[in-house]
Amino acid sequence: MTEFLQQIVSGLASGAIYASLALALVLIYRSTDVINFAQGEMATFTTYTAWSLMHHGLSYWPAFVLTLAIAFSGGVAVERVIIRPVERRPEIVIVIVTIGLLIAINAITGWIWGADVKAFDSPFPNDTWDVHGVTVSIQDVGTFGVCMLTVLLLWGFFRFTTVGLAMRAVAINPNASRLLAVRVGWMLALGWGLAAVLGAVAGMMAAPTVFLDPSMMLVILIYAFAAAVLGGIDSPIGAVVGGLALGVVINLLSRYVNFVGTELRLPTALAILLIVLIIRPQGLFGHKAVRRV
Amino acid sequence: MIPLPRPLYTALKLAALAAVVVVLALLPRFTSEFRIGQFTFVGIYFIALLGLNILTGYSGQISLGHGAFMGIGAYVTAVLTLGRKGLVLFGHHPPHWIPLGDGMRPTLTIPIAFVVTGIVGFLFGMPALRLAGVSLALATFAMAVSLPTVAKRFEDVTGGGGGLSLPLPATPFGLHVSTPHWLYYEAWGCAAILFVVAWLLVRARVGRAWRAIRDGELAATASGVSPALYKTLAFGVSSAFAGVAGGLLAIQVAYVNPDTFPLSLSILLLASVVVGGLGSLSGVIVGALMLEFLPIYAQHPPFVGQSFSKQAPGVAFGVVLILIMFAVPAGAAGLLRRFFRPLTKPVPTVSD
Repeated sequence: MTEFLQQIVSGLASGAIYASLALALVLIYRSTDVINFAQGEMATFTTYTAWSLMHHGLSYWPAFVLTLAIAFSGGVAVERVIIRPVERRPEIVIVIVTIGLLIAINAITGWIWGADVKAFDSPFPNDTWDVHGVTVSIQDVGTFGVCMLTVLLLWGFFRFTTVGLAMRAVAINPNASRLLAVRVGWMLALGWGLAAVLGAVAGMMAAPTVFLDPSMMLVILIYAFAAAVLGGIDSPIGAVVGGLALGVVINLLSRYVNFVGTELRLPTALAILLIVLIIRPQGLFGHKAVRRV
Repeated sequence: MIPLPRPLYTALKLAALAAVVVVLALLPRFTSEFRIGQFTFVGIYFIALLGLNILTGYSGQISLGHGAFMGIGAYVTAVLTLGRKGLVLFGHHPPHWIPLGDGMRPTLTIPIAFVVTGIVGFLFGMPALRLAGVSLALATFAMAVSLPTVAKRFEDVTGGGGGLSLPLPATPFGLHVSTPHWLYYEAWGCAAILFVVAWLLVRARVGRAWRAIRDGELAATASGVSPALYKTLAFGVSSAFAGVAGGLLAIQVAYVNPDTFPLSLSILLLASVVVGGLGSLSGVIVGALMLEFLPIYAQHPPFVGQSFSKQAPGVAFGVVLILIMFAVPAGAAGLLRRFFRPLTKPVPTVSD
């Protein structure tokens, strides 16, 4: 039983990382109706930036905050410069542009920092707590805490600020928002900036365990896709719940089902994604796409 | 300039096609065996890109797992070529319910790779095409990343991480051509057949249905076209093409392992098809040439240092992809069409 609980705790920690990245995908999907395939590579790039900052003598938390600021401006810049010119074009065009971004950012990361694997410090001590006989790694608790705190702050921003309200309005009806003097273009850019921040948090939390390399977020991005689809691709709450659930389920399956083991974790995520698409394409919390003709 | 009448334009097109065929047929006479090998790869990529263009260019869906389907085709060819005997010789024990012979001629496995990969694609496409928009891209992306791990897991059939070595290629049927020449003609022979198949498909009823869905799913549905059926069909056909390309690749390099078909291959395939021109079968050749030769020439890039050389193809592909979407969404074929526009524009009539 204690081991079962330990598996759940460590599943929640990795699930929190998937949830952050899934939420980033959902944020962009809600406002622009596309999946940003470069989300993972953007996160990798910012995580490398954090590594460089720390390498130049900054301690962890200042580097963390500075990285989030850089990620935010980077996300805004990407929307303004690269996405905006194709904003009104068919969906497939925007998706291909994000795939171009994926290729380019991955190569640029490898160019700047080299392709070899680097270690990334964790802000949390490599220690464990004993909670009624259940050994809990502080690293896991910290990862979970940071990711969930970010999600909460973001929720507060959307719920309680005027800008947040404007952004929600734009996601629902851009034309009506424009008539109410909301600057739609900048709201979209802001959305990309916030998504980049979420990605950066996910990247920095994942890096101590998966180590830094130019393709480190690729696998995590797949889990995030699966989590977003599981929760409903247009539902922010769904992304968070889906991410946490996926982290726990995959951890339990890989521990207790011999067939899955550690090797088939990723294909299991794919299987979950396909099963959700067959049984409930709109996910747990999503809305059925209904169109009036 | 006086626009050409329609029949003359068609004749011009056919002449260009004939010229390409003649060049491809005679190329081996004038180049080294090393170059022939490279052009064999161009032929293989050409087949894969034809399939991807049917899916992306004609039916408007994105696959990021085309390389994975090449991988499935490659494994079909490898396993059938070795047969049960061959696998046992390598110390693998495939389960008995899998119908395996005692080894086949590599060339004869190609049609089987076509059928098997096509069926897998069709089955995979059924759930993957449930959500509108990008669900197929998502699912195929996940597939491309997970295929290597699946291949490693089921090592009794796939040889696991060590891969499967095929017998070295040889010229079959007692023909009097050298083996590289044979592989070249084999690849381009398949390419020619599949080009005709693709050409017939996109001009037939099913091709019209694909374009109708791409250009307006709602209108297509209202006209009695089932989007789910035709999209899945497009994905099946495109996978079958990828299977042939993968099978040929396995024969050419005489070796298959899980990392022969990484995600990066799938992504570069998509980039190449966009560069060649979405919705243009002849533009595919440009994409295939670029896919084979850009990484080779980018190893000595101008203006930048050596440390960049490994990443240069990636940066180039990414930037080119974005710029094409900005400026010429129809790719190389679109540029060419624009260039010949004065020749092909219909004559203005009085009513205009």
